[in-house]
Amino acid sequence: MVAIIGPNGAGKTTLLSILAGISRPDEGEVESPSGEVGWVPQQAALYRRLTVEENLLLFARLEGHEDPRASAAEMLELTGLGERRGEIVARLSGGNQQRINIAIGLLSRPAVLLLDEPSVGLDPRQRSRLWEFVSGLAGRGTTVIFSTHDIQEAERYGGRLLVLADGEALFDGPPEGLREAVRREAPGAADRDFETAFVAYLHHRGH
Amino acid sequence: MRGVRWLLLKDLQILRRSPLQAVLLVAYPILIAVLIGFAISRGPEKPRVAFLNEVPTGTRINVGGQQLPSSNVKGRICGRVECIFVADREEAEEKVASGDALAALVLPADLVNKINSLSTLTPGVPKVEVLVNEENAVKAELVDDRITSLLAQANLTIARRIGAEGSRYLDLIVNGGDFKVLGETIHILGLATSARILEALVPTLPKDLRPSLEEVIEFASQARDNLDVAKPLLDRITQPIEVEKVVVGGESPPLEIFAIAVAATLTLAFVVVLLVAGSLALEREENAFPRLTRGLVSTSGLLAEKILLGVAVGLVVTLLMLLGMQFFVPLELGRIGLWLAAILVAGAALGAAGAALGAAAREVRAVSLLAFMVTLPVAFLSLVPSGAVGPAAFDAIRYFTALFPFKPALQAITAALDEAGPGIGGPLLHLAVLFAAYAAIARLALRRFASV
Repeated sequence: MVAIIGPNGAGKTTLLSILAGISRPDEGEVESPSGEVGWVPQQAALYRRLTVEENLLLFARLEGHEDPRASAAEMLELTGLGERRGEIVARLSGGNQQRINIAIGLLSRPAVLLLDEPSVGLDPRQRSRLWEFVSGLAGRGTTVIFSTHDIQEAERYGGRLLVLADGEALFDGPPEGLREAVRREAPGAADRDFETAFVAYLHHRGH
Repeated sequence: MRGVRWLLLKDLQILRRSPLQAVLLVAYPILIAVLIGFAISRGPEKPRVAFLNEVPTGTRINVGGQQLPSSNVKGRICGRVECIFVADREEAEEKVASGDALAALVLPADLVNKINSLSTLTPGVPKVEVLVNEENAVKAELVDDRITSLLAQANLTIARRIGAEGSRYLDLIVNGGDFKVLGETIHILGLATSARILEALVPTLPKDLRPSLEEVIEFASQARDNLDVAKPLLDRITQPIEVEKVVVGGESPPLEIFAIAVAATLTLAFVVVLLVAGSLALEREENAFPRLTRGLVSTSGLLAEKILLGVAVGLVVTLLMLLGMQFFVPLELGRIGLWLAAILVAGAALGAAGAALGAAAREVRAVSLLAFMVTLPVAFLSLVPSGAVGPAAFDAIRYFTALFPFKPALQAITAALDEAGPGIGGPLLHLAVLFAAYAAIARLALRRFASV
């Protein structure tokens, strides 16, 4: 799991949308065969007046699955929402809507899944269940690239961290490496909590 | 186009799941359409007028001592307005003051006597009295128009009676005949008979007297000929100007067919524009647009799906409405092929316009409001007839409404409903051009939607 972290306006969503093929880069290239990258936007991109199952069926059909019902059933099992398949999405909690949002992104069976701030607006319990679900995907072999501005979330779930600020990549490496960089470049804040030390690090780097 | 089918199914599912929205979407335009159609198709009601006739029963108009046949004044007036018969002036005033009657018409007791005095050496001025309540300008204008019209009608009736009597007298002078006066019948010889008698006498007279008699015969002959000419002249005096209506352009179907066409076009326009614009904005509101266009369906495919949805629902609603109207006004069901062509092409152009509107805003509510704000004034402006406003304003309205599909849609549906109107080809071509233009605008505007 790769975490992209940085303050608001750092370019996290822009980077993900470029990787997803939605936005075009000003320069550089993204190499990824079409269909192998699943994209889950920050705000749930699904139809709130349809049921959970109708949403999954619709996107499975649009993906051209041979047996859309089987694909929808598979996703219902994966998300643990099988018993709520007939519920209108608008009546579900934000966390459950996000799980369906991710499940729709998984319908294309991507090797890489892009998650744009998936835990925004969720309460701690919903967050915990969401990350349990995402970690399960990573455990089954899916590469997950997610963005967040929560440093602790990134440190806890990201095996690799990419720090962005104002469109500049400040760090790319494991969480321990980031701690080391923070201690090295912002020694005055090294004995404070990691989030405060990280802010001091960004400040030291001119952001 | 595989995706179009599933998106269409999805939109219908969403519509089905929002029954109130679906009912409003269909019922509201139909309500507006029926109300406007109703208002256009009904001529103004006969105004209610209190009628007080104080003229003594049996009083007749006399011309030259001869009583004219009854003119049935009451019948003539009450044929043009709804008469409320009142017993006296107070009741007439009360009816007008309370608004129960638009006006009161009082025929005073001396009306006929004054009319009869017109052919005497001391003519009076016959007057009728009109009581009005000018509580608002529109009502006052209506009353003035009606009273002026009624008075002109009454004057014409009297003039025709007098003219007819005059012609009869002239005929007596020219051709002779019996004439009743003071209960006795007098035989009038007439100019023609007089001339014949005199001509027969000429050979019997001495030659020196013949020229004088021949002058008298010549006079009788000339008088007869000239008086014959005077008869049609007398007829013309009663109505010097006649109206001959010549249609030089803009053949139109009956008013009720036009009203149905207006109602059907309004329904089609509101259903299609609102549905297409709203469902397109919904893709943005639900954040689904970038996900859909990321390889699942092309932008053109999505656009086609929305227009197809609008056309399909618009077709069903408009057809049901027309078939419902069939119970009130017989429509030519044999022209149903033309109905379908007009509705489909008009629906496609309106749908493309709806898509262009739908791409202009993010929220469904904002788009719905925008669609209403554009469609309603365009519809009303499209109904402004030539001559109702100044030439420059009408030209501006004509060019402006030509940019939107409502007017050509109305023309196409009118032509499809009735053969009396102009042809359907021109409006269909106009709609096809607008479809292409709006589809291109919508396609361009949708590029903005792709951004996250």
